Amino acid sequence: MAEHFPVLIVLLPLIAAPLCVALRHGGGTWLLATLATWGSFAISIALLAQVLEDGTIKYQLGNWVAPWGIEYVVDELNAYILLVVTAIASVIMPFAARSVPAEMGQRGVYLFYTMYLLCLSGLLGMTVTGDAFNVFVFLEISSLSSYALISLGRNRKALHAAYQYLVLGTIGATFFLIGVGLLYLMTGTLNMADLAARIDKVEDSRIIYTAFGFIVLGIGLKLAVFPLHAWLPNAYTYAPSVVSIFLAGTATKVSLYLLLRFIYSVFGHSFTFDKVVAGPLILVLAVAAIVICSLVAVWQRNIKRILAFSSVAQIGYMLLGVSLGTVMGLQATLLHIFNHAMMKAGLFLACGCILYRVGSMKLVDLQGVGRRMPWTMMAFTLCGLSLIGVPLTAGFISKWYLVTATLERGWWAAAVLIVLASLLALVYVGKVVQAAFFKEPETGVVNLAEVREAPLSLLIPTWILVFANLYFGIETDISADIAGQAAKQLIGASR
Amino acid sequence: MTAETLLWLTLAVPAAGTLGIWATGKVANLREGVTLVTAVALCVLVALLAEKVLGGARPALTLVKTLPDAPLHLAVEPLGMLFALIASFLWIINSIYSIGYMRGNKEAHQTRFYVCFAIAIASTMGIAFAGNLFTLFVFYEVLTLSTYPLVTHKGNNEAQRAGWIYLGILLGTSICLLLTAIIVTYVQVGTLDFRAGGILAGKAPDWLGALLLLLFMYGIGKAALMPIHPWLPAAMVAPTPVSALLHAVAVVKAGVFTVVKVIVYIFGVGYLAELPWTEWLVYVAGGTVLLASIVALTADNLKRRLAYSTISQLSYVIMAAALFTPVAIMGAVLHIAAHAFGKITLFFAAGSIYTAAHKTEVSQLDGIGRLMPWTMGAFAIGAVSMIGLPPSAGFISKWYILMGAMETEHVFAIVVLIVSTLLNAGYFLPVIYRAFFRAPPADARHGEAPLPIVIALTVTAAGTIVLFFLPDLPLALAEAVAQAATGSSPGAAPGSVK
Amino acid sequence: MVDLILGLYNYWIVIALMMAGLYIVISRQNLIKKLIGLNIFQTSVFVLYISIGKVFGGTAPILDGTDRIYSNPLPHVLILTAIVVGVATAALGLALVVRIKEEYGTIEEDDINQMDDES
Repeated sequence: MAEHFPVLIVLLPLIAAPLCVALRHGGGTWLLATLATWGSFAISIALLAQVLEDGTIKYQLGNWVAPWGIEYVVDELNAYILLVVTAIASVIMPFAARSVPAEMGQRGVYLFYTMYLLCLSGLLGMTVTGDAFNVFVFLEISSLSSYALISLGRNRKALHAAYQYLVLGTIGATFFLIGVGLLYLMTGTLNMADLAARIDKVEDSRIIYTAFGFIVLGIGLKLAVFPLHAWLPNAYTYAPSVVSIFLAGTATKVSLYLLLRFIYSVFGHSFTFDKVVAGPLILVLAVAAIVICSLVAVWQRNIKRILAFSSVAQIGYMLLGVSLGTVMGLQATLLHIFNHAMMKAGLFLACGCILYRVGSMKLVDLQGVGRRMPWTMMAFTLCGLSLIGVPLTAGFISKWYLVTATLERGWWAAAVLIVLASLLALVYVGKVVQAAFFKEPETGVVNLAEVREAPLSLLIPTWILVFANLYFGIETDISADIAGQAAKQLIGASR
Repeated sequence: MTAETLLWLTLAVPAAGTLGIWATGKVANLREGVTLVTAVALCVLVALLAEKVLGGARPALTLVKTLPDAPLHLAVEPLGMLFALIASFLWIINSIYSIGYMRGNKEAHQTRFYVCFAIAIASTMGIAFAGNLFTLFVFYEVLTLSTYPLVTHKGNNEAQRAGWIYLGILLGTSICLLLTAIIVTYVQVGTLDFRAGGILAGKAPDWLGALLLLLFMYGIGKAALMPIHPWLPAAMVAPTPVSALLHAVAVVKAGVFTVVKVIVYIFGVGYLAELPWTEWLVYVAGGTVLLASIVALTADNLKRRLAYSTISQLSYVIMAAALFTPVAIMGAVLHIAAHAFGKITLFFAAGSIYTAAHKTEVSQLDGIGRLMPWTMGAFAIGAVSMIGLPPSAGFISKWYILMGAMETEHVFAIVVLIVSTLLNAGYFLPVIYRAFFRAPPADARHGEAPLPIVIALTVTAAGTIVLFFLPDLPLALAEAVAQAATGSSPGAAPGSVK
Repeated sequence: MVDLILGLYNYWIVIALMMAGLYIVISRQNLIKKLIGLNIFQTSVFVLYISIGKVFGGTAPILDGTDRIYSNPLPHVLILTAIVVGVATAALGLALVVRIKEEYGTIEEDDINQMDDES
């Protein structure tokens, strides 16, 4: 049983998805989806333990030997990412039970869970597979289902947002496909480990450079690297609450994983940083994302939009760590993947609670909501503090590692910039907190007097993440150590 | 109990008190009871700990390993011990006073008030006992955040605006400058521990050392070095007990405490004395002393006058520490204690006047000394201590600072000390003159403030005098700090008690 | 030179199709036309893959024991998957356009953006 875990983690949601269509019953499909998600979560924990103990796991799909057959490879890095993805997915399932029918109506619930499970299995598949073409297939599975999920939003703008995402996402995936095709042209293999071994001999060819460009660009589109982020704000803003939480916590993280995998495992460290000299380019994009998108977030009037732009800025932080090209930088990036998943999911969960009760995400409508929904807004505030990077929260830890990593490399300006950008985060989080707690309600649009605190089934998942933010801000043995090990392993194995 | 247990309890007791106050929020008497019990328990614990520290013990405790080489770590040393003693003792007095004040003025949200207060005290203990810069920074920020609801207690627009200034300056400076300085120190040295004799010596080039000093001094916004002082006058919109304990003792003292701590235990006095480009600190601090005194002269609002007086007195401490000589460091440490007692008395008096007579301006105080003899008597004693005349604690600390200035032959510092004494007299004596020697307005019908208020201010005024006659405890601790400053005997017993 | 143009003519076709597709996606306001552009763009990649698999003089890879040169079947198989994905994308995109038409009453992006800004 245990030796099949690498494939089971993907199969569980993949099999549950069509069963949901067959079942058609709202509550039943929820139960099925929850079991599948929690099962994946349990498997991911087991996998991580197994990897930490025995090292990299290789699984030959259908016993076809690699490089001919498809191989699933689990090392520290993807075991860590699997854990983040399944953990976020597990936390939001209790939340979904109440939020999904409220936002989409009873009738469509089973279709929602079908899409959701497909998306999850796509993300897990991308993470676990060791085959470049297989990545594309799973990428499209998760993308197609997430287009559908986004379009389920209440506002008609969700449709337009989903369409825009579909166009840009398809272009990104196709770019990726071109890159993989060019790699195959030069090496005759699709297995990542095999690719890595064979690229060595042909890496000075212009085609490999082109392939690198296409692959990085394609992943960059899915990752919403500034300036390729155009699809993200609208998609996050108008998607149903559960979808926003899920995508914000997982989708971009998996894309970043892919980027790391290709940079380090396939192309290799020396090719990326010495031959292509991608470091400065990534640095510039990262810094631009941090500064510009934080500034844009300050001017937004819709909470989810603020958070969406903040997400793009946070991706900038992660890329900054990548651009350093050092173990410490990579560790900071991985740590921030973990911590950011927690804080952003927590913030979007709080938004889900607000949307459930108030039905609006505009700041004007939410003035004084803190008095009506103290627990929800308190959760928002605490996760917001984590986003800013206040000490004793998870956000502080990742910023600390990031700043020390940039200083270790001698990039003073970047370090100063990270600190200054935290102030921008302070402004945009402060804006929401001030409106919620310290402003008098505007009369007219939404009647806040009838608003009550969100139900427990929504509050509990939110607060689980709040406590996770605080816990991992104080006790960093687990998160930082695993991130450090994964970073070492990745760079150590890289050429 | 072992010293480690005591140390742990000094954080746990106010934290538990916070929960207790919150849980009993509905029953006012019980809630106030919890506050008082917590305060007394904390003070006893700190006193027990002080006994061990005077005996030479240096308990330390690691809470959790948050960052590599920079865990949440507590370690007691004499400076922090003195600070904790002052803060925990004055918390008892201040709690008594708060009860009188909050009830006398029928303030709203009293539970929130007491809860935030207890958190602020817990974080003050954390600052006092912090074993490394990271821990200190964490509790420093908690203190800022927990006092924000106290500053904006009134909830009106003025309080909101003041709250933004308060948070903006304190959080802004601490994140942009202090945190940067901490991280740079960490990257350069590889540790953030406070060690006698400093950790930076020989680890950073001169220019970086000088830059770090600038970052630290302006990063510690709570020390209110001009031009980052405006948060302090803004914070005066808070209820008076907040101004009294937090903005005369806990918060601002946390600022200068951190300044002294950084100078003594991070830089090391010897290192700083040899470092180029550091003289500016004496001049900026001296300038702040004089400028703030001049502003205080022109302020008619009593609390505003006291606030600027605080700014100037804080810079005494910074200036003394910036002389980089052990005697002046002793003066700085003693001044932390002396000013705490003096200034809390003055604020208590201001609150007492507001509660009894609803007066806030100096120009309204004609003859009030005859109606409120206790209040204005205490005010006079506090003022004497501020000016630095015997028989008050302020005299001793100024004496040491002056000695330090003489020793280093720093003419500017000596001039500042003399001129500022005159200025202090210039803004306090007219208040006392008005209160006692002018006739009260004919329609004045009020008497003394409620009893808890009068008790509180009498105790602190008496404390100011007692510290003059019995300065052994603070002197012993200050000497130990001065010893650590020279780096001679880091773990040894403090100097003999005179 | 001639070799560069004629010898690699299939790659030139790929590039032409790719650019045409991308240009349509970027320049057209009509949502359906954008989707058509997207499909042309994807098709160019299919052609690229199929070109890769072609071996000169090779035939279909049917193994009957005799030694023969045959084309590499793997890219063809891969592209079958990609075609399925492309069809699914087109179907989903068209479904979205139908829903957009129902909600907004138009499929011109300019008008939709304008309506989005107003509300």
